[in-house]
Amino acid sequence: MTPPLAFVWSEFAQQVTSGLAAGAIYASLALALVLIYQTTNVVNFAQGEMATFTTYIAWTIMNHGVAYWPAFVLTLLIAFGGGVTIERVLIRPVEHRPELVIVILTIGMLIAINGLTGWIFGPEVKAFDSPFPNRSVIVGGVAISIQDIGTFCICLGTVVVLWLFFRFTTLGLAMRSVAFNPDASRLMGVRVGWMLALGWGFAAALGAVAGMMAAPTVFLDPDMMLVVLIYAFAAAVLGGIDSPVGAVVGGLTLGVVINLLGSYVNFVGQELRLPTALAVLLLVLVIRPTGLFGRVVVRRV
Amino acid sequence: MSTLLELRGVEARYGPIKALHGVSLTVAEGEIVALLGANGAGKTTTLRAVSGTVRHTGEIVFEGKQIVRSKPDAVARAGIAHVPEGRGLFAELSVWENLRMGAYVRGERRTLRQEAPRVFKYFPWLERRRDQQAGTLSGGEQQMLALARALVGRPRLLMLDEPSLGLAPTIVQEIFRIVTELNADDGLTVLVVEQNANVALATSARAYVLEVGQVAIEGESAELRRHEGVRKSYLGY
Repeated sequence: MTPPLAFVWSEFAQQVTSGLAAGAIYASLALALVLIYQTTNVVNFAQGEMATFTTYIAWTIMNHGVAYWPAFVLTLLIAFGGGVTIERVLIRPVEHRPELVIVILTIGMLIAINGLTGWIFGPEVKAFDSPFPNRSVIVGGVAISIQDIGTFCICLGTVVVLWLFFRFTTLGLAMRSVAFNPDASRLMGVRVGWMLALGWGFAAALGAVAGMMAAPTVFLDPDMMLVVLIYAFAAAVLGGIDSPVGAVVGGLTLGVVINLLGSYVNFVGQELRLPTALAVLLLVLVIRPTGLFGRVVVRRV
Repeated sequence: MSTLLELRGVEARYGPIKALHGVSLTVAEGEIVALLGANGAGKTTTLRAVSGTVRHTGEIVFEGKQIVRSKPDAVARAGIAHVPEGRGLFAELSVWENLRMGAYVRGERRTLRQEAPRVFKYFPWLERRRDQQAGTLSGGEQQMLALARALVGRPRLLMLDEPSLGLAPTIVQEIFRIVTELNADDGLTVLVVEQNANVALATSARAYVLEVGQVAIEGESAELRRHEGVRKSYLGY
């Protein structure tokens, strides 16, 4: 333990890097929320539970003797298919109903998936393997855990792959066009319904990444993503709920800020982390109501 | 000339309000046809019935196939490009990305490689400003981008909804000059809805005048310009 007022650079750097690792997880889940928000125009409250459920699937696959990375990839594919199916089967019938109806549906999904997870896999806490060694590397006198580096790289790597997909592929462009203007997209020959389903698929896969990266430290239990989801909401709103870049920057910022507050501001500690984070969020929104990256769209008519 | 599009007794409604009371018209291949009429006569709704963006009944035959009640994306893939009221651009995307979306209907990359140079011949400024955000273009430029985007997909039929709306007369002239050129060069078939009857009749070969959701007058555009009712009601002299 360092005395309260002493400031040690190496410890600060450690807090920042582990904050970035946690933040990358928030960023993945926040980006998943933004993906669905952009296309379906609702916040998917079940995003965290979907992530938890897919992490249990990964756990099950690994328990059957499959190595970590093949299981990881298989889980992403299953999550993607699950996301697409949820959109087709559950969201599609209420697509044109008021947004409140869809919000309530996603809250119902939260409760249902949470219950289902406990029922299938049992309520007891399980250990979840990490693909990274439990060691640290010393960089410039700062000990950084390989676990943190790995988590950060996997989450951010996924985000970059998604960004490349949306930026450079035809399908990615079509999905973006649907987010901006579904009616015009239809006139361009785009099957809008399927683009929405793909959006849910990508969101579910991103959630699975977040879940699998979070599980080694928070351990696997049906409620493991609850707090992460709240941070992800905060991150998404902080970045501007319709901005993918904002979600990622918001997630990383939130991760670092929370970690620093928890270790340097005495009264915050473990218990007050969440309320403090939300207070910071509130402050930002008072100053910038559209979030850090949210745009007020200017267009000529 | 063979018939490309035929509407027979098309009716359409917005909720309880009937907008089309049985519209029948034909567009032949390689022809420019104008749809005239007052506000609320059903011009826009006729185009929307064809592109499947409004509930409708009746018969719509395109290239010999019934497309009545087809989904908008299926109609687009069948080869009908609809430039809607308000242009339907993706304001947040760049000029180039908008053009890419225009090519989507035929498989983006190959189509774009083939068609973009052809379209840039008509709109050279588009190539220089391909990275500009579409929403920041002027109204006339947006209309031209919407037209260019439709052309990139090499449609069999181009439907334009009031391309002159809100634009300066010189820009309207420019747009209709390009439409005429495209028609002459490539035999592009066009169905155009217009408030500006003067320019529409000067450009088109034939025209239909809609009144309260029905075809009231039809004929060769040159004749309609001499038609007394048309002159009084739509040309203003």
